[in-house]
Amino acid sequence: MKLNKLVYLLVVALAFTGGVTGCKKKPGHTTPLPNPRGSGSGDTATEPPSGTFDPNNPGGGVPLPTDIDPSNMNQNREALAAHTVHFAYDSAAIRSSEQGHVEAVASYMKSSGGSALLIEGHCDERGTEEYNRALGERRALALRNELIKLGADGSKIVTRSFGKDRRIDTSESESGHAKNRRGEFVVLTPK
Amino acid sequence: MKLKCLLSVAVALGVLGMQAWAQQGIVIEKQVTPGQEKPIPVNLSGFSGEALEVIQFDLYVQGFTFTGADAAQYLLSGSANGNLTGRASDRFNKSQLVNKSYTGGSLRRQAHAFVDDFLKAINRQGIGGTRIAFKTSSKSSGEIGVADFDGANKQTVTSDGALVAAPEWIGSRLALAYTSYKSGNADIYTHDLTGGSRKAIARYPGSNMSPAPSPDGSKVAMVLSKSGAVDLYVANIDGSGLRQLTKTREDDSAPCWSPDGQWICFATKINERRALCKVPVSGGPAQRVATSGVSNPSEPDWSPDGEWIVFTAQMGGFSICVVPATGGAATVLVDGEDPSWSPNSRTVVYARRGGGRYTLSLLDVPTKQTKDISRLSGSNSQPSWAR
Repeated sequence: MKLNKLVYLLVVALAFTGGVTGCKKKPGHTTPLPNPRGSGSGDTATEPPSGTFDPNNPGGGVPLPTDIDPSNMNQNREALAAHTVHFAYDSAAIRSSEQGHVEAVASYMKSSGGSALLIEGHCDERGTEEYNRALGERRALALRNELIKLGADGSKIVTRSFGKDRRIDTSESESGHAKNRRGEFVVLTPK
Repeated sequence: MKLKCLLSVAVALGVLGMQAWAQQGIVIEKQVTPGQEKPIPVNLSGFSGEALEVIQFDLYVQGFTFTGADAAQYLLSGSANGNLTGRASDRFNKSQLVNKSYTGGSLRRQAHAFVDDFLKAINRQGIGGTRIAFKTSSKSSGEIGVADFDGANKQTVTSDGALVAAPEWIGSRLALAYTSYKSGNADIYTHDLTGGSRKAIARYPGSNMSPAPSPDGSKVAMVLSKSGAVDLYVANIDGSGLRQLTKTREDDSAPCWSPDGQWICFATKINERRALCKVPVSGGPAQRVATSGVSNPSEPDWSPDGEWIVFTAQMGGFSICVVPATGGAATVLVDGEDPSWSPNSRTVVYARRGGGRYTLSLLDVPTKQTKDISRLSGSNSQPSWAR
């Protein structure tokens, strides 16, 4: 543990030198010591993931409503079945070719007088299970954000993800994968 | 192994010192090289039937190989007529390591105990008495299964006929946290396996995913979408005291804890590329955990000794990889996904795809020896090793 002590002294001495030679001295004895585990070596120490954790740009999400429980409502899967939106591999971006479906759903919502909407996100099998569960949710949320942008009432829209647990094509072909990467719209009405 | 651990601590301290001095990255290779160690030769004699099967399984998945007596470092002999008698000796220094008769429990238990006693005598921690939990699936639904680490004594602990996901043990208790869709939605439950009681701890709107109890079982990390984005949260194990740890546009997933309970490592995206990050449990900015040499990392699991993070990389297929917990160069070990460390930070349980189903398999990280848990039938995935 001699080495440990030496490193400690070295770190304290350097921190102190820094205070004297330029930086504004911090109040009191608050100079933080490096975490012994973790913030580690090489490029991992000081590199924040750029652009990802900006507190001024927090996720861009609109909170989900807490008063809509799909399991206590009538679920109509047919009404918007023709407007299922498909996604590119490993992506939650809405492609321009799919935009028409989202606009149709937004129109339906605006004209249907207060019915609520459940968006279900799904993935193909080329991804790990929990990664896909998160990606499926992100796809559903991307569709919800787009509907809100188009004027739909976000307080009527809930989401859920099935990851890769509810694939509709298990052929493991490219076209099968493409069919599985989807967001489905379910119209909810009170029971 | 102990000496190597000490060495790597010394190296880590050295890096810390030099970094404070020079403020520049210095790459120093770790002393432990996963996948590079040679299996240790042992000779078995006198055992047969179930006892032999258990002893061979336990030794193989902990880095041993079987040879004739003249090539072995360790000699294990004994008999199992009703109860098991086992002897172990070191052929090199002629020392006796174990000489014991076992009573009580099943023959399997006695065989596991003998291997554990042998490992203890050579300063290693055995896994003979440990358990795993996993998702056991049919086409449209699944249940949560629990078994000995070798697949014996399997029990299905749910019967909901609903989709389930991601079981994880809660501290050292006989209790699990997992996701179930039994209400229709993806909600997170804790389940006491001794009394059978179950409690929904996260039923927020959106998806409630990937629960990861802290090593001491007092807290739980999870991925929620209630804010309208897929972010990482931490709460007390009963669901109270919820705090948000990340706010990203990305799909954060699969959190795990550092053994000291100070950090949560998870998978996310940085600049459109998948990466592993870690965030202090007390809050603060996330930091990248570098996984050089592989792409698309996910499903991290931090070793109980704090040294390593094992994870899945997706590069065409899926690979089990390991990286120093501080980040650095990743080592590709075998094909598979969703790894979970055993309590001794050496063997890993993981799932591999094939024949339209998942099979659980064990991997001895230092030697890369693998063995399927063939005792478990059907499709089984998302294993978690009780620690």
